[in-house]
Amino acid sequence: MSDTGYLPKEKIKDFLKELAKDAVVYAPCLEGDIVLFRPFSEERTLCLDRPANTPPKSVIYPQSETLFAFQYKKAPEDHQKMSVELKADIGVPNMVIFGARPCDAKGFRIYDRVFIETNTPDPYYRKRRENTLIVTLSCAAPSPGCFCVAVGGGPAHKEGSDVMMTELEGGYVIEPVTEKGRAILGKHVIEDGKPYLKDAQHVQAKAHDEVRNPFAPDELPKISQSLFNFDGFWEQVVGKCVSCGACTYLCPTCYCFNITDEQGIGSGERVRSWDACMFFHFTLEASGHNPRPTKFQRFKNRVGHKFIYYPEKYEGVIACCGCGRCIRYCPVNVDISEIVNYLKDTHQELHWASSRKEGTQPTVGSTKDE
Amino acid sequence: MNNAEQIKETIARIFPDVETVICYQQGFDGLHATPYFISIPEQVNKLIWNPLCAQNLTSYLPSIKKKVGIVVKGCDSRTIIQYLQEGLIDRAKVVIIGVPCTGVISVKKVLREIGHQPVVDVVFDDNGNIVVKTQKGEKRLAIADVCPDKCTTCQYPTPLVYDHLIGEPIASNKPKEDVYKDIREFDAKTLEEKRAYWEKEFERCIRCYACRNACPMCICQDSCIAETREPHWISQRLSLQEKFMFHMIHAAHLAGRCVECGECERVCPMDIPVAKLKKKINAEMKELFNYETGVNPDDKPPMYTFNVDEAKIKEHKL
Ligand code: SF4
Ligand code: SF4
Ligand code: SF4
Ligand code: SF4
Repeated sequence: MSDTGYLPKEKIKDFLKELAKDAVVYAPCLEGDIVLFRPFSEERTLCLDRPANTPPKSVIYPQSETLFAFQYKKAPEDHQKMSVELKADIGVPNMVIFGARPCDAKGFRIYDRVFIETNTPDPYYRKRRENTLIVTLSCAAPSPGCFCVAVGGGPAHKEGSDVMMTELEGGYVIEPVTEKGRAILGKHVIEDGKPYLKDAQHVQAKAHDEVRNPFAPDELPKISQSLFNFDGFWEQVVGKCVSCGACTYLCPTCYCFNITDEQGIGSGERVRSWDACMFFHFTLEASGHNPRPTKFQRFKNRVGHKFIYYPEKYEGVIACCGCGRCIRYCPVNVDISEIVNYLKDTHQELHWASSRKEGTQPTVGSTKDE
Repeated sequence: MNNAEQIKETIARIFPDVETVICYQQGFDGLHATPYFISIPEQVNKLIWNPLCAQNLTSYLPSIKKKVGIVVKGCDSRTIIQYLQEGLIDRAKVVIIGVPCTGVISVKKVLREIGHQPVVDVVFDDNGNIVVKTQKGEKRLAIADVCPDKCTTCQYPTPLVYDHLIGEPIASNKPKEDVYKDIREFDAKTLEEKRAYWEKEFERCIRCYACRNACPMCICQDSCIAETREPHWISQRLSLQEKFMFHMIHAAHLAGRCVECGECERVCPMDIPVAKLKKKINAEMKELFNYETGVNPDDKPPMYTFNVDEAKIKEHKL
């Protein structure tokens, strides 16, 4: 068996059907004018020509999931006595994510370190992750806002994927990345892809050159701590933010969650749901005190988590894969790459400080300057 | 002198009097404008004024305590009037630069037309078109075909309240009867059809609350019951029920207050037509109380008052 496969375009539905025999296949489907990962079926319209509006993160890390159900029980002999019965169900089917983009797949690696590669792995996440095959489509061209190459990724970056597909005129070249992914080559509709491999690599290299790098080329952005901790900076750069959850909920690397007991009468469920550091309630304490009452402090956390705290904890890995969604879909066009670019420059602190006094915005380091 | 130049000149003039001016600058690509807060006159050189300036900037006003200048279109000015009716801003602390408007761009509609390609360049010609260049070629689109729905029935292209007017006032040429035409058409659907429609739409909602946070008239903000645990009306489950509940509350709280600016719909990353719900309620408000939001600072929103004898409500007489 060759190491490379080839899927002719006209066989793509047959391929998905074959995969669907023993797994639920999530694929990017057109819904109105937007693209969402949905369990694929004949009636749906596959859309592979642009990244989906939402990353496939919810397949492995659902927006809301029941950790366990609980029920209070009175003891039959003594009604004063109560016991609680817990029921957890982590049954997960086999799943395939088809048509993720390299940034989406890399996002799962960000989660793996937090939910699996720790002393206390999360059984829910782990089970789903293990049961899921990720078939990624490399990007032939960048989408508005994306900057994967600037944060250690790229339009054909393989981290997190089991299989990498690259589109050519008549079909997709299929490169297995993991052992799990190799099994794909044995599917009926997959042909030998060796003759096409060179072409695929050419497409990948070309795409790589087209992605913008807002930071210094060839190095990951280093944040200036002093500027990062200067409140005036945040007040100037995120005054327009409306503090919603669009950026975090659409982000393939944001994983913060909330845990709530959703009570009924005598029973209920413990639910884990996505939370967003941009919300006021995120850090609201039971006492009523809120350590991050302003949107500036909250935005600072979002940037800090991705570009400082996570890298500190996980060997320099930046927890942003540059997918550009938070830029594309932000209601007011807040651009995280622009902000990180400002923060990179250690010499700008004074500039910001004085500009604040004079009420100006800096004119150096801005990606929007004339 | 074009409008952008006149706006810049006006801003330079009002400056010693205000601390900040809220206007627009170019966003992350050629198709997006973004809010621009300037605090010294020299910064105006980056200001832009063109049909991409669709966002309703007045949403920022209630949270700003200092004296500000703001650039508003006709529709945006209705928000200011509604604020004044509800006592949410101090008129003396706002300097309004009004710009008569011939229609703005819906980025979502343009993206649909250009197949969501990244844009290389965007220009506006003198015949009311936007010309969008992508890798795949050039597309010339009539602004009238890619404007937000609100522009197609706009009654107030010239700001209803301002301190400085840029250029000449424009009168609306759109029939008043058409404002709620879409709502009346929707009303004709059966209950089942409506239910199916909204279930399909809300199913996509990710509860990011962009619609709420961008809404100028959503004033509860950090205390919104969508997130509070006390009262605990909405759970964190992602069910259709919870999403419905949030949207019904949003709509109900906007009854006779929504200024139909369309921000909620413009910002929704899931493309959900959330403004339609509020417009429907506004249509009823017009019908019941002959009240239109944001047109007269001396009006009182119907939900802020109570009359025992309402001319068009008979139920209490049963
Ligand atoms: S950056 Fe944009 S998407 Fe994120 S919270 Fe602010 S307004 Fe919402
Ligand atoms: S922070 Fe923005 S660009 Fe980075 S991964 Fe998240 S959504 Fe994508
Ligand atoms: S902006 Fe859209 S997706 Fe977000 S909460 Fe509102 S309707 Fe839902
Ligand atoms: S509900 Fe929507 S249309 Fe109405 S005022 Fe709020 S954002 Fe504007």
